[in-house]
Amino acid sequence: MLPGFGLSLGFAATYLGLIVLLPLTALIVKAAAATPSEFLAAAFSERAVAAYRVSFGASLAAAAFNAVFGPVLAWVLVRYRFPGRELIDALVDLPFALPTAVAGITLTALLSANGLVGAQLAKLGIEIAYTRAGIAVALAFIGLPFVVRTVQPVLADIDKEWEEAAATLGAGRWRTFRSVLLPVLWPAIATGFAMAFARGIGEYGSVVFISGNMPYETEIAPLLIVTQLEQYDYVGATAIAIVLLAVSFALLLAMNALQRRLGSARTREVHA
Amino acid sequence: MSAADWTSVLRPKRSPHSLATSEANGVRLALIAFALVFAGLLLVLPLATVFVSAFAKGALAFLDALREPDALAAVKLTLLIAAISVPLNALFGVAAAWAIARFEFRGKTLLTTAIDLPLAVSPVVSGLIYVLCFGAQGVLGPWLMEHGIRIIFALPGIVLATTFVTFPYVARELIPLLEEQGDEEEQAAISLGASGWQMFRRITLPNMSLGLLYGIVLLNARAMGEFGAVSVVSGHIRGETNTIPLHVEVLYNEYQGQAAFAVASLLAGLAVVTLVAKRLLENRLARASRTAKENA
Repeated sequence: MLPGFGLSLGFAATYLGLIVLLPLTALIVKAAAATPSEFLAAAFSERAVAAYRVSFGASLAAAAFNAVFGPVLAWVLVRYRFPGRELIDALVDLPFALPTAVAGITLTALLSANGLVGAQLAKLGIEIAYTRAGIAVALAFIGLPFVVRTVQPVLADIDKEWEEAAATLGAGRWRTFRSVLLPVLWPAIATGFAMAFARGIGEYGSVVFISGNMPYETEIAPLLIVTQLEQYDYVGATAIAIVLLAVSFALLLAMNALQRRLGSARTREVHA
Repeated sequence: MSAADWTSVLRPKRSPHSLATSEANGVRLALIAFALVFAGLLLVLPLATVFVSAFAKGALAFLDALREPDALAAVKLTLLIAAISVPLNALFGVAAAWAIARFEFRGKTLLTTAIDLPLAVSPVVSGLIYVLCFGAQGVLGPWLMEHGIRIIFALPGIVLATTFVTFPYVARELIPLLEEQGDEEEQAAISLGASGWQMFRRITLPNMSLGLLYGIVLLNARAMGEFGAVSVVSGHIRGETNTIPLHVEVLYNEYQGQAAFAVASLLAGLAVVTLVAKRLLENRLARASRTAKENA
């Protein structure tokens, strides 16, 4: 029998209780203090529903974008050797490592009407900064590593023999990809999609600079929480926070189910 | 990369089977070109923009933005917060990994799931729960006021919020690592008469050191860069409760773009260092894991 069980478990459980469970309980206590009708009115007020629409819509768009282009990037990084591959591979984690506020001001500077990219787009009549599209761009940046890092290890593990067998049976590359590779890859793509989506819903720092923060138009749900907190509307802030938490946990459960289909713990790097 | 590498892109060495299991050169080149442009626009361009904008008015203006008292105070505060949060969470990670990877007990699955909780919570909500707990209107607020203890809009609140969002980083790295390594060496040490502390210092700690360092690198980057959670609990008092990311926000909102990017470049520099360290540690971890498997 190894020593230290009581000490390590005791410390871990106490610390977990103090840092995580105590404040989460406060959220529940505060929510329970409001009457159900008060709570529902706050959670689903017109402004809150508009904010969920903006948050969920932009997160969905960004996660879908990443679910399409993330696997392409993962494919190129795993299958091909070319100059700059190592650099790009390392930079895929940039959205994890770069503080969200820095990402926020940088994307805004690039995409605003007088920015490097925004000025070119303005000539084409396209506005990104301070619109919902801007929110989606910020979330696409934040979500990219989730999809790439979930798909990459699965792709690297695929046995070449399957593809050889498909080729022997007369399948072309596209047919092989669709019938042999995609069925193996899709749980990873779906997991990455769900992670990017979940992260997008709660994301704050990278979005508040580029979104116009107009109520009903470009106001994301996390920003509405901050606004209500600043106005001392604790019931409102708590109600919206609980809705966001419920959605996150539902997604977490869905991801765990997918994860079991994925098999071994391949997402080690994903949360990094 | 040399010219030879480029030739290998265009004309890869082919085994007899590979014609059927790889793409035509055109497709291959198009995909590589796409990846380069995509990564260039989405990753390289933003990173470069931070540094270019930081030096937009020359090196002197860059240094001035960093030497300004509020900026220095923000740097000091951020370092102080990391100095508290990082060791605490690292210690928790080691303890949790030891309990979870080495022992069977009731509620183990629950504990493992609870460790991941903070990852599913929006940064803003992470800040909010501390306000609801310790703020003036919070559950424990009246009691704290009575005793003159200030947590929200002060250092303790910022430390707590930071600790919450960075909570799982070390534990998540160490649990799978310890499970993979197994407990044979530790069992041997104990049966040879080593004390628990000796076993930990001579076997457990050296074996987990790479994973621990890896977790700490990620934890530290997130702790120093956290924005949403800290923003909710800090109160934004200039020179007092503004961390580096909050100071960046203040400068940016006051239309001091160059100064904002100068301060932001500190965090972008930290991100680059983090990415490099992460890559190096990943390579060493992979090598260590291979060696362990070969020896087994």
